[in-house]
Amino acid sequence: MAEVHPSKYALVVKKACPTCILIEPVIRHLAASWGEDLTIYVQDEPDFLADLPSVVDDSALEFSYRSAIEIVPCLIDQSQAGASEDRVSGWDRNQWQQFTGIDSLGAGLTAFKPGCGSKTLDPGMQEQLMLRYGQHQFNARNIELAESEDELETCFERGWTDGLPVIPPTPIRVMRMLKDFDLDYQEVLGLLPPDNVPCTIEKVAINAVMAGCKPEYFPVVLASVRAALQDEFCMHGLLCTTYFSSPVMIVNGPVVRHIGMNCGINALGQGNRANATIGRTLQLLVRNVGGGKPGGIDRATMGNPGKYTYCFAEDESDPQWPSLAMDRGYHRNQSVISLFAGEGLQPILDQLSRTPESLSKSMASSLRSVAHVKRFGMADAILVVCPEHRRVLRDAGWSKEDLRRSLYDELMTPGSELLPGVGGMAEGMPEKLKDKLLNKFRDDGLHIVSTGGTAGMFSAIISGWVASGERGSQMVSQIID
Amino acid sequence: MSGNAILLDPTSELSPVAKQLLPRLRTLQDVTIGLLDISKPRGKEFLDAVATFLEARGATVNRYSKPTFTRIAPRELNQRISSECDAVIEGLAD
Repeated sequence: MAEVHPSKYALVVKKACPTCILIEPVIRHLAASWGEDLTIYVQDEPDFLADLPSVVDDSALEFSYRSAIEIVPCLIDQSQAGASEDRVSGWDRNQWQQFTGIDSLGAGLTAFKPGCGSKTLDPGMQEQLMLRYGQHQFNARNIELAESEDELETCFERGWTDGLPVIPPTPIRVMRMLKDFDLDYQEVLGLLPPDNVPCTIEKVAINAVMAGCKPEYFPVVLASVRAALQDEFCMHGLLCTTYFSSPVMIVNGPVVRHIGMNCGINALGQGNRANATIGRTLQLLVRNVGGGKPGGIDRATMGNPGKYTYCFAEDESDPQWPSLAMDRGYHRNQSVISLFAGEGLQPILDQLSRTPESLSKSMASSLRSVAHVKRFGMADAILVVCPEHRRVLRDAGWSKEDLRRSLYDELMTPGSELLPGVGGMAEGMPEKLKDKLLNKFRDDGLHIVSTGGTAGMFSAIISGWVASGERGSQMVSQIID
Repeated sequence: MSGNAILLDPTSELSPVAKQLLPRLRTLQDVTIGLLDISKPRGKEFLDAVATFLEARGATVNRYSKPTFTRIAPRELNQRISSECDAVIEGLAD
């Protein structure tokens, strides 16, 4: 933008706006009356009004952006800058006459014609202008690619991906992720393991872009990172373990509908962008910012496919069924993400139970297989109840709490049945527990959530990390702001 | 600036500086070796055997343990080991 001596008045116009064309006589009147007290900024065609000495080319839109122009034409009294009535927009003859103090202004024109949107508000323009002129700047190292370098391939070559392609994190994409939120991009959410590196909102946004998130998912992503960094979750140990586990995310509340998460058919499967990319972002962050990579600090014997992404939403269509978030003390109208250290999915097929008692026995028997049938109190689990099984419970008047109590009772087992050697298996519980009555799960170690399509009597188990509880990982929850 | 694509670095941008190793021990005679048990099953038995081996060669052995294998060692423990020992052996994994 050319250096311009600040004038008392600024007028912003664009040639493509019929209202700006309409008021050309007004503009000429003002230019003649005010002389150097008026500067005219043209957003598009520099030949518009080119004969007037006070015209400035604002096609780079710097003045328009800094002046927060929303509608053209816009006449600003710069001596009143910042005041709520420092400007008039569009064309309203009485208003303009009053604003300028020129009673004859636009006398021959129609009394009123609305203006047009400023070019600063064109789709895709805001983030470009924020990058160019905005207060927030990025701190991340800029990596300039060679002319022959492929954007996607370079992300693989630099080790930034989980094995699948990522969206190249260009500054414009990262700005698009952040522009609608009033955030300090350099705010540190915490130290991300295993390298314990400060994780800034900017780095989260870069990795969210790579994972394929839409900007509207970003509050959920931020909450997931804050949850993962809670000490109780033990992200460090979870990342390093030889066991299968990694973060499993469950989303509750209104945000599920707002961003279109899947809590119906194939809820734990592929195909929904929000489910897929929110879970993937945390995994990419741990890899890229935390430095945790398979074969490096990640020592998993086999891992599990959920280490690409494992995020789903609960079906909250039944008002009688308390959600997971409600079990954890939140209200149904709060949006909450919960993280669990778990892996895989073990089906519970039960197509014949028509009573809750029978169904509960089926579920309890299957839950015994978590980690090992003879290992008790070691790994937590999530029981994922399908809608048809929920119906069996509801039709018999059973609440979620009734199911929980029944499962607890079903899962009580004498220690003598779990000792090493029993059943011909060396694995088992320590000898000293032989006279105790043991439960499969520690207190608060069995979580119940409901999701999935309405056809199919198939519930499931998400098995937890064998270092569950205070010595390792506990489920954590975080409100989504 | 050229017109080439710019990407924002998604990593921690830690530029690893090559660290100098401490001088290696020339002998086990009259040195103090720390044995750190990370609290995994059977770690104690393994480290007991290591201790016997070291003590037979003239070293003094100090034993330490992490509260849980799932978390990194507390800073105080790291500081204690580094101030009390000439070298440390960590019993990793099962």
